[in-house]
Amino acid sequence: MIILWTDALIFLLIAVMLLLGFYLRGKEYIKRPMQQIARSKTGMMSLTVLIFFVVVGLLDSIHFKPPEGHGNEIISALDYWATPLREHSEKTYSAPFAVYLYSKEMMTLPDGTEQWGYPRLQFGGAHLADPETEHLPDILEKAFYGWLQGAGLVVFFMVLLVSLLREPHKRFIVSPTAKAVWAVVFLVVSVNYMLVYLSAYYHVFGTDKVGEDVFYQAIKSIRTGLVIGTLTTLVMLPMALVFGIMAGFFRGWVDDVIQYVYTTLNSIPSVLLIAASILMVQVYMAAHEEKFTSVIVRADMRLLFLCLILGVTSWTGLCRLLRAETLKLREMEYVQAAQAMGVRRRVILLRHILPNVMHIVLISVVLDFSSLVLAEAVLSYINIGVDPTTYSWGNMINGARLEMAREPVVWWSLTASFIFMFALVLAANLFADTVRDAFDPRRGAYE
Amino acid sequence: MNNPILSVAHLSVSFNHGNKVVDDISFDVYPGETFALVGESGSGKSITALSVLRLLPPNARIQARAISLQGDNLLRRSEYELCRIRGRRIGLIFQDPMSSLNPVMTIGDQIEEVIKLHFDPPQQALKRRVLELLRQVEIPLPEQRINDYPHQLSGGQRQRVMIAIALAGEPDLLIADEPTTSLDVTIQAQILALLKTLQQQTGMALWLISHDLALVSNLADRVAVMQQGKIVETGHCDEFFRHPQHPYTQKLLDALPSMQSCLTHRRQETPPLLQVEDFKVYYPIRKGIFKRVVDHVRAVDGVSFIIQQGKTLALVGESGCGKTTLGKGLLNLIPGTAGRVTLDGVALDTIQGEALRQKRADMQIVFQDPFSSMNPRMLVGDIVAEGIQALHPGVSSVNRQERVRQLLQQVGLPEDAAQRYPHEFSGGQRQRICIARALAVDPKLIVCDEPTSALDVSVQAQIIELLKSLQQEKGVSYLFITHDLAVVAEIADEVAVMHKGRIVEYGSVAQVLSEPRQAYTKKLLGAVPVLRTENKPFADQGKEAVL
Repeated sequence: MIILWTDALIFLLIAVMLLLGFYLRGKEYIKRPMQQIARSKTGMMSLTVLIFFVVVGLLDSIHFKPPEGHGNEIISALDYWATPLREHSEKTYSAPFAVYLYSKEMMTLPDGTEQWGYPRLQFGGAHLADPETEHLPDILEKAFYGWLQGAGLVVFFMVLLVSLLREPHKRFIVSPTAKAVWAVVFLVVSVNYMLVYLSAYYHVFGTDKVGEDVFYQAIKSIRTGLVIGTLTTLVMLPMALVFGIMAGFFRGWVDDVIQYVYTTLNSIPSVLLIAASILMVQVYMAAHEEKFTSVIVRADMRLLFLCLILGVTSWTGLCRLLRAETLKLREMEYVQAAQAMGVRRRVILLRHILPNVMHIVLISVVLDFSSLVLAEAVLSYINIGVDPTTYSWGNMINGARLEMAREPVVWWSLTASFIFMFALVLAANLFADTVRDAFDPRRGAYE
Repeated sequence: MNNPILSVAHLSVSFNHGNKVVDDISFDVYPGETFALVGESGSGKSITALSVLRLLPPNARIQARAISLQGDNLLRRSEYELCRIRGRRIGLIFQDPMSSLNPVMTIGDQIEEVIKLHFDPPQQALKRRVLELLRQVEIPLPEQRINDYPHQLSGGQRQRVMIAIALAGEPDLLIADEPTTSLDVTIQAQILALLKTLQQQTGMALWLISHDLALVSNLADRVAVMQQGKIVETGHCDEFFRHPQHPYTQKLLDALPSMQSCLTHRRQETPPLLQVEDFKVYYPIRKGIFKRVVDHVRAVDGVSFIIQQGKTLALVGESGCGKTTLGKGLLNLIPGTAGRVTLDGVALDTIQGEALRQKRADMQIVFQDPFSSMNPRMLVGDIVAEGIQALHPGVSSVNRQERVRQLLQQVGLPEDAAQRYPHEFSGGQRQRICIARALAVDPKLIVCDEPTSALDVSVQAQIIELLKSLQQEKGVSYLFITHDLAVVAEIADEVAVMHKGRIVEYGSVAQVLSEPRQAYTKKLLGAVPVLRTENKPFADQGKEAVL
């Protein structure tokens, strides 16, 4: 097993979150909002979708050398599982569910004559003897079988769960929220199972310029999106927290310095900073070639640096919010009472200020996540995003934009990345809304 | 008697299908009279007023047989028609003049808006009418004030503007929802006198909502007492205050602090605990790019006093006179203090850092607002234990918990209080927790910064009782900061009256309250509403207050 930098950070993040959850598990002020989130249908449904994305991303974060005879490029657990998908490359573009290639070429027919036409795909629909008549019925039949298997799987697990659960836990299945969640699980699993089943026979989202399966690209992009969303937060959060609270609490010259730093940073166009730092990484990697032997390691390094620099440029907003909130909190009477009782400053910061700004942190982190996923797409579009070899929705869009003018239009790369990105960002936003409502006391969290 | 102007029959209000906040109440308001609805906070008096105008949030459920305005059932009126009634036939004044005026509109524009809405006169007449209204509410120099923004006016003037806006529609009924609660006592007297005059001029009915029985007794013709959504007693003012029928009303009247109580107790001299000499708190005013100090705001300007051991000094003054600043300055909670402060032989103004931190145990503070003075995310037990933890880190957690349990018991809280969160307690209970927190480090002096002004009268009496008994038990001294002279009489041994950062009068409580020497003290005392049991005109009230 090989652990890349971003993998390590992702696992670290998960460990931290688990520890945090363990630490906060009995706290009343966390428990109540959590219960409210658990009661919210939208919140739980979007959380289910998010979890699905996270599971795919995690599978894609377990990297290892493939077994002998399967190439020597590092692959992930997801790659291993999707080997057929990964290896079913065509020559160039092909439309979703197509049997023929997108462009014409010279073919040699069995009888030796040459013909200028659309050749059959190597893998997509290769099992069909007569595509003209069998094509559509075959797709429908396979889709139905795939869906039925996926649905059967969910139903099987549900039946298992119902029979295993004792009475007080039955509410995990029969409460209205649970029903909504199960409906989403059913939908997500069955549809995805169907897609996976189908992609053994067809390219469900077509192929791209070099003939790679677009469905595979879109799935691989999930990890990139999640890494950018979460690792950037990991970089930005400590800076925003420490500086924001310090500026608000200590006032005076500390406040002046911090304000000066973030105003300056804010006035530098972030695209410029990002471009510069990406360039720096590339120069560094060129100078130390022995350390970056594999394409995937290089790409990973660039992704990590992108996260770092995005984090450095994006902490100012949250920092400003936290500064304002701390300014308000430090005048609260409980802070003064603690001061009057001789409580030390750092204890006041940790016990009275930090817990009371956590709701802002939580809300802005979840909201920032979706904007960062979108930012990646924009940055890749102007070529300062992730490495061109990294699968990402931004790269997919970037690659597809030149083909928009072709006739017939090559629309599938764009559509696939759009669907996946839309699902992730929408789920994250809906979840953020629920979290915000639950943690905002003014919205009646305590009702 | 003639027909009522407003008649409410069997009104009930509930939120989200929960308990009834207003429970089947009926009352009438007659033309030209002052009807007072009295009750403690949460009794549903404001909700009643808002439900008559249908101004409640959408999750409220209003049920009533009829709410009729001059025989016209408001429940049958559409929202559109009700818009023509609000402001035009029923005027409304809210409690907080700061938040009910639009900060980005001049007061003239805000009054104009209402006139235009209901009458739409030509521009010239409009302007004349605005000036006339401002003159009517006795705003000085209305021609200049008309273009002022709300922040340029004082609190009392803002409330006058609110009244002018309410009068602009020439209503038959004016609802005043705690119109003077956020104002100083001298301003309060002026506003009430104004309301009375305006009522006599226009002949409108006044529906006064208040928690202050003394104030109501001076102003109202008829009184109704609300308790937990029900009207428990209704009666004519004189009859009502002379012979209260319902036990709840009697309890409310008994709980009122009375000015006479100070004359009864006189205690022995004890050695001084806190000596303050020439204490100052100056805030620098900075100007220019280099932020040079050009002047100072003299929040506290050279005050001197002594607090004896086990005694209480009351610091009285109107808002903005520097009394809270003085309290916090003594505790070293704000920068920019100067002067000599000696607590039990230790000069507090000379020590700092760790030495000061250790000495903090001797002086504690109890704040006004029981809602913002505790961290909402900490358990009550941890809140009380915080001081012990900070100043006596050696105490084991078992001993600490035992001490917290004792303290909570001392201030009369239930056993399980330590394991609950502050928001689960009522205002009075929260204030008890704050007292327990202050007591935790065994202070010699507690600064009580308006500890009772956010509480209902009955709760206020309990808290004062608690403070007094703790004083007897532990010999702790209090610096009691308040604006309420009636409370002073209940608890204080000595009184210092503050005005514009200085102490203008200082002496024993009996002397200051019964024979004030300074004009300012006399004015302050004269403005305190005193429960009126005889039928006397409003203007005589000042004399009575001085006893």
